[in-house]
Amino acid sequence: PQYSELMRTGRAQAELLLGPEAPRLRGTLCVTGHHLLLSPGPQDLWLLLLRNVDSIEKRVAGESGTITLRCKDLRVLQLDIEGVEATLDIARSIEALSSLESVITSFPFFYRPKGLRLGDAWHFHPPESYYKRVARETKAWRLSEVNENFSLCPSYPRAVIVPRAVDDKALALSARFRQGGRFPVLSYHHARSGTVLLRSSQPLTGPQKRRCAEDEELLRAVLAGARPGAQGFVVDTRSAQAAKQARMAGGGTEAKAAYPGWKRLHRPLERGRPLQESFVRLVEACGDLEQSTDHWLSRLEGCSWLAHVKEALSTACLTAQGMEREGACILVHGAEGTDSTLLVTSLAQLILDPLSRTMVGFQELVEREWIQAGHPFQLRCAHSAFSHARPKHEAPTFLLFLDCVWQLGRQFPLSLEFGEALLLALFEHAYASPFGTFLCNSEKERCLCEVRSQTHSLWSRLNQPKEQRKLRNPLYVLNPLALWPSVEPQSLQLWQGLFLRWTRPPEPPEVAWEKVWQIV
Amino acid sequence: MEHIRTTKVEQVKALDRFSTSNKSLTGTLYLTATHLLFIDSHQKETWILHHHIASVEKLALTTSGCPLVIQCKNFRIVHFIVPRERDCHDIYNSLLQLSKQAKYEDLYAFSYNPKQNDAERLQGWQLIDLAEEYERMGVPNSHWQLSDANREYKICETYPRELYVPQVASKPIIVGSSKFRSKGRFPVLSYYHQDKEAAICRCSQPLSGFSARCLEDEHLLQAISKANPVNRYMYVMDTRPKLNAMANRAAGKGYENEDNYSNIRFQFVGIENIHVMRSSLQKLLEVNGTKGLSVNDFYSGMESSGWLRHVKAVMDAAIFLAKAIMVENASVLVHCSDGWDRTSQVCSLGSLLLDSYYRTIKGFMVLIEKDWISFGHKFSERCGHLDGDPKEISPVFIQFLECVWHLTEQFPQAFEFNEAFLLQIHEHIHSCQFGNFLGNCQKEREELKLKEKTYSLWPFLLDDRKKYLNPLYSSKAQRFTVLEPSTVSFSFKFWRNMYHQFDRTLHPRQSVFNIIMNMNEQNKQLEKEIKDLESKIKQRKNKQTDGVPTKELLHSIHPESPSLKTSLCFKEQTLLPVNDALRTIEGSNSADNRYSDYAEAFSKSEPAVVSLEYGVARMTC
Repeated sequence: PQYSELMRTGRAQAELLLGPEAPRLRGTLCVTGHHLLLSPGPQDLWLLLLRNVDSIEKRVAGESGTITLRCKDLRVLQLDIEGVEATLDIARSIEALSSLESVITSFPFFYRPKGLRLGDAWHFHPPESYYKRVARETKAWRLSEVNENFSLCPSYPRAVIVPRAVDDKALALSARFRQGGRFPVLSYHHARSGTVLLRSSQPLTGPQKRRCAEDEELLRAVLAGARPGAQGFVVDTRSAQAAKQARMAGGGTEAKAAYPGWKRLHRPLERGRPLQESFVRLVEACGDLEQSTDHWLSRLEGCSWLAHVKEALSTACLTAQGMEREGACILVHGAEGTDSTLLVTSLAQLILDPLSRTMVGFQELVEREWIQAGHPFQLRCAHSAFSHARPKHEAPTFLLFLDCVWQLGRQFPLSLEFGEALLLALFEHAYASPFGTFLCNSEKERCLCEVRSQTHSLWSRLNQPKEQRKLRNPLYVLNPLALWPSVEPQSLQLWQGLFLRWTRPPEPPEVAWEKVWQIV
Repeated sequence: MEHIRTTKVEQVKALDRFSTSNKSLTGTLYLTATHLLFIDSHQKETWILHHHIASVEKLALTTSGCPLVIQCKNFRIVHFIVPRERDCHDIYNSLLQLSKQAKYEDLYAFSYNPKQNDAERLQGWQLIDLAEEYERMGVPNSHWQLSDANREYKICETYPRELYVPQVASKPIIVGSSKFRSKGRFPVLSYYHQDKEAAICRCSQPLSGFSARCLEDEHLLQAISKANPVNRYMYVMDTRPKLNAMANRAAGKGYENEDNYSNIRFQFVGIENIHVMRSSLQKLLEVNGTKGLSVNDFYSGMESSGWLRHVKAVMDAAIFLAKAIMVENASVLVHCSDGWDRTSQVCSLGSLLLDSYYRTIKGFMVLIEKDWISFGHKFSERCGHLDGDPKEISPVFIQFLECVWHLTEQFPQAFEFNEAFLLQIHEHIHSCQFGNFLGNCQKEREELKLKEKTYSLWPFLLDDRKKYLNPLYSSKAQRFTVLEPSTVSFSFKFWRNMYHQFDRTLHPRQSVFNIIMNMNEQNKQLEKEIKDLESKIKQRKNKQTDGVPTKELLHSIHPESPSLKTSLCFKEQTLLPVNDALRTIEGSNSADNRYSDYAEAFSKSEPAVVSLEYGVARMTC
């Protein structure tokens, strides 16, 4: 009902331009509660999820108007509309409808595709199953339901895995000592070396350098449960100086004296607004077809996106190497522990764990290390690279992760079971999706909104047989080894399939891939 | 041999070029008459041809020995540490001598012996026949004739003997025109487009100065435009920047005055000269050789080198040329100053866009023979085969190869050959192992008696054809499918596999190419099996009608088919990418992978700043 108030006009005649050299579509344009529709003929329907609109620009001249829509998936569309009033009305409707913030009235709550049953796929990748497996394998770890009603940590899932030697009471105290209650939990168990990867948020040492016996005990128990003589490393994703400064605001970092056996490494990763700006500037440069090669190279340098890719990959390599070669346990955190922390822990797993490179394993990884681990998708992906709105909480951390995975795929083209298409799909759906998978900022919020019972899961769509063929890497062969990529600038490439997706070369690589499929 | 004083040095260290922790392999260095050979403790051999050495440098003595840095023309850079200074000095002096020969006769090609007899060698030289190529294009015909004017190299020393000119161009016109062109390089046919009846012609700049003109030259250009029955006007492309062309006027050279030539459309395309290109590549290599290079320095270095801008300029010119023929049906005359560098680039690349034949393995060889070798691109001077003027060295041909590589990236199915083919050709323009690229023009090559004394590269490449095939090539394309490459800025990328050919750590750890190649091969084999079996079944069936019982047929197929068995084994083997798995293992091996230096970072994590490997980084604790 509330949509009708926002809809200024029903329909208008319009012409749609999908790209610089794409054919024009002409037909009746129509704005509905969640979509922009254009029907060029009685049978055809072109449709855009309004949520996908990142920025809108209108121009009127004479008897007609032009609306340029820049989408979150980086597409740029142009609509030529008959009638000035109609143009303005449609523009206003799109503007209002695309920026609605309410989750429970969003499209996933209305989307009922054929062939999928509600609630079906929400059990595809329950992280509990992974945790249970680890608990079974190691004996030093247990599944704790201390966060059953999200009281300890609102951004953690209900079940987490913690050292067996630490009881729930101690966890509660450790949670109070960590920002947002994110006490150290297991992220990955590396069976071959008998070491573990943990993640948390920063300790709240503050200017007085407070300590917390239970938190210290927890990390001691981690080392005691690992291979005998194992060292611990805290990989702090902030610079030493930034970590120190955080003390003034009540945060901080683990003091060496308080955590015997643990050493700290600082590997500053870009986050927040600078990362968002890097993304915006890269996309801007990619949209300029007229620039000289020199200008392009200088913009590629200026936006620093590939420098961020390099930093993220090398920090993940460092972490993975610490586990595999040094047999060390590693705790990763930055400040909140919901962004660069997850970037590092998920990439390290991809490097070390052959299972996470399979189609199912990778979906599990995304579900466990991003969605369940409380990456605030709703805040981070509220706007993409085109929005004029001042960025508040937006940051393309997840996209950076996907880019790093893509780089791994380029360097190890036979070792990932999935292809570029899956990464592109995840990017699109993280920003705007008819599915509920990426809704909200945490498991707690998803429970409140009843996402699981009221929306469909993206995984169920992606795991349909007809989708699978598009997403698979035809050349995949299981590679049991760790993947050590080169992170030299000469080895990293711009992800053309994403950033230049809509300005493609004359012979798109898909054609060649079709041939690869034939050969295979 | 008189240059070699020390033939073997033990305990030599080879440093990893990009390692910041001075990691090294120890081994033995051997010096032979043709190669420098390093065998490391894993028995891995590194062969460096003396002719590939661009520079040898002896650095200041260190505690561990005397460092020797060798830069090669194929972009290999090796860094040895020789324990004793005297040995280092000997090797240094020997290499200086061996890498710079004064006479052609001392080059490797004259001693290279692949154990072939004279007939085989001669047959090799006959593999590429340019007369046949012009015939393929459809000349001579009613508009174009073979001229014998230069049969004795009397008109132009740097042109081939056989030249194609318009039917109406008489000898006096040719002679007159050649006197009005730099080095006598008058307008001749480079490529004839049969469908469009339009031609690509090439020449050098006119000696027009500020006002000179030449009626014969004007006649010749008119003859060229008239040889095109469809379009009356023709393009004259001056591939130089306008400023350079104008400066040449002061020296009595210059460019065509549109007023003096009827029906020409004159166009500058702005490709820089050999000196600009040389220093541009120099800058690029400097940047990429930096240890611990950051992403931002890499891109700003690429930008300031201007290399990709130059590559794009060549590509733009070729596209302009192809469009003039395809869209306007106009003939085009291309020149620069002498007409053997930029002109060769633009004519050959333009033809490659227009004619899919040049995108096959054999066709590409023909293209190089025609537009580069026969028309006198000065390979020996540009590649520095002999000890000569370093200012004549320039990566003009490399730029052409790079343009072709860019096309293969944009059109993965359009080329019969792969990147390895381009790299191999590049290897041999410098190797002086074969006769093809020795000398600066055909006349010189004949005087050197190359066809009697050396071997041609092409048959050797064809023997290895399998290595150079592009598995994605789709030959269904018609002869005249024109490539229309994108020239937006992001289509131009750094060619890592050329400039870091030997820096294995920078490469992808697994190769898609190898596996597809294997699978393709295996598919073919299996298809053959199927055919064999089918024909066997047919035979059996025929026999059966003669009275052989069915049971026997079924029984006999399996034991009787060892070929099927082997092919299945073959399948298993290739499905497991043996090489790639090995490479991955190699990549995870501490000796080979620079990540292992992380170990140091970990063990040394106490100090405040630890510098990490591959420049990533500094770590603070």
